[in-house]
Amino acid sequence: MAEAKRVERPLSPHIQIYRWQVPMLTSILTRVTGHALVAGVLLAVWWLLAAATSDEYFTVANTVATSWFGDLVFTGSLWAVWYHYLAGLRHLYYDAGHGLDIPTAEKLGWTCIIGSVVLTVITILLVQ
Amino acid sequence: MRYLTARKRAEGKGAAHTGTGHHWSMTVSAVALAFLVPVWLYIFGRALGQSRDAVLETFASPFPAILTGLLLVVGMRHFAMGATMMIEDYVRGTARKMLVIFVISLAWMIGAVGIFALAKIAL
Repeated sequence: MAEAKRVERPLSPHIQIYRWQVPMLTSILTRVTGHALVAGVLLAVWWLLAAATSDEYFTVANTVATSWFGDLVFTGSLWAVWYHYLAGLRHLYYDAGHGLDIPTAEKLGWTCIIGSVVLTVITILLVQ
Repeated sequence: MRYLTARKRAEGKGAAHTGTGHHWSMTVSAVALAFLVPVWLYIFGRALGQSRDAVLETFASPFPAILTGLLLVVGMRHFAMGATMMIEDYVRGTARKMLVIFVISLAWMIGAVGIFALAKIAL
């Protein structure tokens, strides 16, 4: 009885053996950007708190926020927020039952990737 | 004795056991953020890099102040729920509980600090 023949069941696909595809990459990036955004939010809120507190404190926070480090965090966060934004809109579109066929899903994925870069550049130019 | 039938207890709850409440909250906050974020990015981007007086003037005006307050409340709620979902996907047991409590606390903390700063500037 214990020697019963084992059934060869299919294994579930695993991330290491899955070929990377646009819908998969863009889905993972949505989660990554959403969580990475907390860095930009922390820096922005700290900067606002410093502005509310005193001249000295604001000088410290503003120096950090406008240094190369601040530029890196805020530019990265800007791209992350635009990416998460477009991917979120795509999520709402998917939820409504649209765009779920493979060619459309691939196009929507590329729209998120290219669109987020374009919107990041436009925003930087607008607020300079 | 159970007063609820098994069907009544299970109906509409699905695999998450809590129904669609989480998903619907994320949908509502996502739509709200879709309106709030672009305007806020413009206001914040304009204020960043300016003198303290200019920054205080910006965030003391009603529109930027209310917008920032809304963004903090809705955004941090959205973050707490999204982070909870991610942790529930990858972590189990006590570590899961501790991390979920940590991200929810972090979200409230960021929100409270931001609202405090806004109140101090705007009022």
